[in-house]
Amino acid sequence: MSHRLRVNPITCEAHGMCAELLPERISLDDWGYPIVDDEPLPPALLDHARRAAQACPTFALLLTRDRDRVS
Amino acid sequence: MSEETTLMIDVDAPTDWTPESGGSSAPAMLPRLLAGIPAHGPMNLEDHLVVHGPTPASARRRGRRGESPLIEQIAQAGLRGHGGAGFPTATKLRAVADSRGRAIVVVNAAEGEPASLKDRTLMHALPHLVLDGAQLAADAVGADELIVCVCESAPASIDSVAQAISERGHLSGGTARTHIAAVPGHYVAGQESALVNHLNGGPAIPTFTPPMVFQQGVRRRPTLVANAETLAHLALIARHGPEWFRQLGTPSQPGSALVTLSGAVAHPGVYEIEHGASLVSLIEAAGGALGDPRALLVGGYGGSWIAGQFLRGVALSDEHLAPHAASLGAGVVALLSEDACPVAETARVTRWLSEQSAGQCGPCVHGLDSIASSVQEIASGLAQANATQRIARLAALVRRRGACGHPDGTARFVTSALDAFAPELADHARHGPCEDCARPAQLPLPVYGRLADPAHKSVSLR
Repeated sequence: MSHRLRVNPITCEAHGMCAELLPERISLDDWGYPIVDDEPLPPALLDHARRAAQACPTFALLLTRDRDRVS
Repeated sequence: MSEETTLMIDVDAPTDWTPESGGSSAPAMLPRLLAGIPAHGPMNLEDHLVVHGPTPASARRRGRRGESPLIEQIAQAGLRGHGGAGFPTATKLRAVADSRGRAIVVVNAAEGEPASLKDRTLMHALPHLVLDGAQLAADAVGADELIVCVCESAPASIDSVAQAISERGHLSGGTARTHIAAVPGHYVAGQESALVNHLNGGPAIPTFTPPMVFQQGVRRRPTLVANAETLAHLALIARHGPEWFRQLGTPSQPGSALVTLSGAVAHPGVYEIEHGASLVSLIEAAGGALGDPRALLVGGYGGSWIAGQFLRGVALSDEHLAPHAASLGAGVVALLSEDACPVAETARVTRWLSEQSAGQCGPCVHGLDSIASSVQEIASGLAQANATQRIARLAALVRRRGACGHPDGTARFVTSALDAFAPELADHARHGPCEDCARPAQLPLPVYGRLADPAHKSVSLR
């Protein structure tokens, strides 16, 4: 079961915490909104990804499991 | 809409077909959807039944456990949605049918695309064909309720649907309760989740998914949102079968499509074409082009520009349009006249699209505004040297970063302009506005006011 990151662009307010905590997978665009790599996360990054998702003040960063995904 | 704009043509129709069984003679050739369309006003139920016959009882049957046979027929026909995205209709029907709970069917004739008239034309002139399709779809997915969503800017279409619903009261077989909902005219209102949000009492702006509307849509019930034209095709496939449907069109895009042709043409209006028909044949059927069109816009405002020099080689199917980085989308074809400035038209539409952002997603709010400003700077000769590269970079930056496809469509529109109008853009960047820039806009830009203040996340349109 693999995990991926996804942003809810409606709730995201460009606080930028996620890019601080997970620069391996998240960068910020010209306006400070996250650009997220949506490839499956390697196990080594999973804890960091979880922490980044928990740190988001608007709960806009979502860690999803592949079986939840709608094709 | 006026009746004068509603026209119909046969384009590249094959001639070797025989009528099949099914009560009425099967119109294998064109016109199909527009068969018998009245010169004025709506087709009543009696005339509709003369032209198309009743819907076959077999299509309405649904096994206790098994799938509706109609869904399999739709899959074999290869019907795809005509709202713009081209999603396979059978896949959508199956997803709704397989979801838990009593389903609802939503007929989408919101048609927020300013250059499109085909859905309001269908709802006005041929409401029974769409309602047949909606009822059949409701039976196929086990829905007991139909909601017909029509743009509030099309009151004649709303009246016509209301009249048609009352005429159908005595029809046997139709079991779903049917209501009408008027939908705001802005661009993103017809997006699936926006429509559902509106029907649930919220503003008509997109929501984050999941939940997908086929799982939890109107009143949290599984919801089929289907374009009005798609349902009209479905109504004919149910009558005549998938083989009949495939007698027109291309193997990858079977059947016919409604196209709204506008701009530099003698008789603009709604036409029915066979997928793969040449653009030239469509223009000829519309009385010919006025002058030598400078460019054409295909698919809609989220579609693609094609330079006028390619006009004679364009055929109207997604396969044929792919080399031009275009697709038929919701069936919009707009011809830009030879005295129009494509840079000014692009700048105006791009600004309009940025204003049509629902104001919810940062990359859309900021990205489309920046793109629109860059195009305007080029148009007015105030751009910096690398302005076109900046537009291309911003367009790539906003793709797939909104809750809906609005940033993607805008990116596509503006990138196609960079390809189609490279010399004109360079000329404006260097020398400022051309003499055609001051002419009135050819592409319509409806005024709805701003949808939302980007500074506020929660907006209400009521």
